Amino acid sequence: MLGKLTWAAIPFDQPIPLVTGAAVLVIILGMVAWVVIAGHLPYLWREWITSVDHKRIGVMYTLLACVMLLRGFSDAIMMRAQQAVAFQSQGYLPPEHYNQIFSAHGTIMIFFVAMPFVIGLMNLVVPLQLGVRDVAFPTLNSVGFWLTATGALLVNISLVVGEFARTGWLPYPPLSELTYSPGVGVDYYLWSLEISGVGTLVAGINLVTTVLKLRTKGMTYLRMPMFCWTTLASNLLIIAAFPILTATLAMLILDRYFGFHFFTNEAGGNVMMFMNLIWAWGHPEVYILVLPAFGIFSEVVPTFSGKPLFGYRSMVLATMAICIISFTVWLHHFFTMGAGPNVNAIFGIASMIIAVPTGVKIYNWLFTMYGGRIRFATPMLWSLGFMVTFILGGLTGVLVAVPPADFLLHNSMFLVAHFHNVIIGGVLFGAFAGYTYWFPKAFGFRLHEGWGKAAFWLWLIGFYVSFMPLYAVGFLGMTRRMQHYDVPEWRPWLMVAGVGAVMILVAIICQVMQLVTSIRDRDALHDVTGDPWDGRTLEWATASPPPVFNFAIPPDVTGEDAYWLMKAHAREQVLAPAEPDYRDIEMPRNSPTGFVCAFFATVMGFALIWHIWWMVILGGIGAFATFVVFAWRDHDEYVIPAAEVARIDGLNREARRAALNLAGSRS
Amino acid sequence: MTDAALHGHGHPALLGGRPHEGPASKRITTGFGFWIFLLSDIVMFSCFFAAYAVLLGQTAGGPKGAELFDLRSVAAETALLLLSSFTCGLAMIAADIRNAFWYQIGMAVTCLLGLGFLLLEFREFAELVGRGAGPTRSAFLSSFFTLVGCHGAHVSAGILWLLTMMAQVFAKGFRADIMRRLLCFALFWHALDIIWVAIFSVVYLLGSAA
Repeated sequence: MLGKLTWAAIPFDQPIPLVTGAAVLVIILGMVAWVVIAGHLPYLWREWITSVDHKRIGVMYTLLACVMLLRGFSDAIMMRAQQAVAFQSQGYLPPEHYNQIFSAHGTIMIFFVAMPFVIGLMNLVVPLQLGVRDVAFPTLNSVGFWLTATGALLVNISLVVGEFARTGWLPYPPLSELTYSPGVGVDYYLWSLEISGVGTLVAGINLVTTVLKLRTKGMTYLRMPMFCWTTLASNLLIIAAFPILTATLAMLILDRYFGFHFFTNEAGGNVMMFMNLIWAWGHPEVYILVLPAFGIFSEVVPTFSGKPLFGYRSMVLATMAICIISFTVWLHHFFTMGAGPNVNAIFGIASMIIAVPTGVKIYNWLFTMYGGRIRFATPMLWSLGFMVTFILGGLTGVLVAVPPADFLLHNSMFLVAHFHNVIIGGVLFGAFAGYTYWFPKAFGFRLHEGWGKAAFWLWLIGFYVSFMPLYAVGFLGMTRRMQHYDVPEWRPWLMVAGVGAVMILVAIICQVMQLVTSIRDRDALHDVTGDPWDGRTLEWATASPPPVFNFAIPPDVTGEDAYWLMKAHAREQVLAPAEPDYRDIEMPRNSPTGFVCAFFATVMGFALIWHIWWMVILGGIGAFATFVVFAWRDHDEYVIPAAEVARIDGLNREARRAALNLAGSRS
Repeated sequence: MTDAALHGHGHPALLGGRPHEGPASKRITTGFGFWIFLLSDIVMFSCFFAAYAVLLGQTAGGPKGAELFDLRSVAAETALLLLSSFTCGLAMIAADIRNAFWYQIGMAVTCLLGLGFLLLEFREFAELVGRGAGPTRSAFLSSFFTLVGCHGAHVSAGILWLLTMMAQVFAKGFRADIMRRLLCFALFWHALDIIWVAIFSVVYLLGSAA
């Protein structure tokens, strides 16, 4: 009846996951109870859960990322604590639990923190920057988000029902095959990533179509803000790379569920094929994450330097070059495979070449700042912290791209330090810069600067204290994923790294405090004009938060930095532009399709993990029925009358005119 | 969605290439998005093709392709699928001139041809499994069943979609959004043909020769 699921799946004998799971369950139930009792449920359902508004969906993606960051960081600090104490002892985490923690940490941080964070920011910002009213496929956008949330939910269910994979964040066979991992851990991994992978692919198709087909009048390719370009590149990579992940994991599923022989030791299976396939996705994946971050810095640096981006066209070229070269380097993840010196040399050289366009970008940001009047607001601090940290991470990357060096450093703590150096210093700092920069656009008030700066410095210093020692223990020969060790030379370094993790913990607490105090003081931090940073691109040309239709009149773009040109023009004219000719606006109606579909996907995923076949069929039928019901509805749009558009737009025009005149008289 | 009629006055093309007229129509946008989906689907198939190429020789002492493939049956499958693409095209022409009768006829024939294809494929699979050459026999057969079966699963999903589209047109007529879905369906159905041609050449023709 319930397949492999029995009471034995609940870890009654392991206090850590049990207590954590119980606490999380109590918190969730408490929140649900509060929402229902306080009568917020209709609001949540109407305005968020069923919303097809790209801004709302972007916010929900980002929120998911922030919540999962807490989970992923809990895993991180547990690992740092374990390695700080587990010298010639077992520490406090038993090996099978420790193995699950490092697997869950990597999986969560990549798929459910970094990915939803950047996709959320792209969703929120790109249509605004392009001057359009929505993404290409609003309902599919909602489906994509909720499928991502399904994946995250399944990973978290594994904490208390059954177990998670013990195979690392990429389940290398033969360890991940049924023979060596008979439990449900790997199945949790596989199905949560298959389902969220579909969500990511949908997001990728949606954003590429939006950038290529929905731009406002006059927004030619070479007038698009850099963030739109990096979004395009990143989502092209999603479209080309995520199907590889889906196919590869499907092969592993077939091996595990039906006894196929893709990656098994027997009957001619080929383990190294898994490594090749997974990294043919995995290496583009790191650029899927970091390119949007590059785009964020390319918005933040010009804004806070008061200058246009230096070398815009070289930046476009560098972005697209990275987009292509990122598919030619995957083999550097396993130089030790034994492909031979010539193959290794080619991939080593390609890996070094990809550093060139990245270097172009760094110089462009530096030259953008050169001669500018720099404001050191929090987004700019994250950008500066990124530049220093990412260069360091990039250099250690070029070092491991040299095959002979890689033979020594492969799977050592040096590698762990390297990829945290680029992912934290690149992706996460970029995400935080974007979060601070666009928060006022999303919510209509700025984040508290003091707490933000405290969080920045603690993150920056905490990062160096955590990860520089890991480079050192890597040189001292420590391999990754060790549950305990006997080498006395490693211990002091690992204790320092533990201190760094505590500093990052304090940094995260500062970020929570920043959010809480900003919401409390939101009236004082109110963004009246919709342009709190003196921005240059179109997202700042509308109110904060933007009305559901984004722009009352689609903007007409005449050059790069479209909004900067508009402001300059308005100042010259002294007069504000004449009252526009408002028209009725058609907007897509809300739809529960995404939420319902994800509900059935969750049921189906859970049933597949536990081999509950009748429930699988039920979930499949439910998901299909959801789509048919959606396809059957007769009205998918509603009309906002011109008078209402005029009223909403009038408020913001008034505030903006006052601000512009003020600025005009000052200069 | 932005109304193209709203875009104010025109202006000469400035630096930055051709003048851009604003967002594309829904039909263009939907078709374009679906093309991109098809490309991603083809990337997925290319992984299964790659796996097949890598594992081709890994028969683990079991049968090779040349001993297994019945080219006559495969030729019949190919004929059915290519013919179904033709009838699908006819159905789309009928939809374009809003002729519900011939549209339904065309779709029904497409459906029958697709089912015929699936029947032959199922018979082939059942026969192989019956001869002890199922997907668990060797890595070669795992990759063969996965590649061909993945195409078969796509055809099955396509038939489900086809039936839904027949019902939609029956219930709602040729509405603009339904016409967009038909465009996507037709693209999907033709793409399955392209993939089949690759399977026919790479798996069956080359496999029989080896």
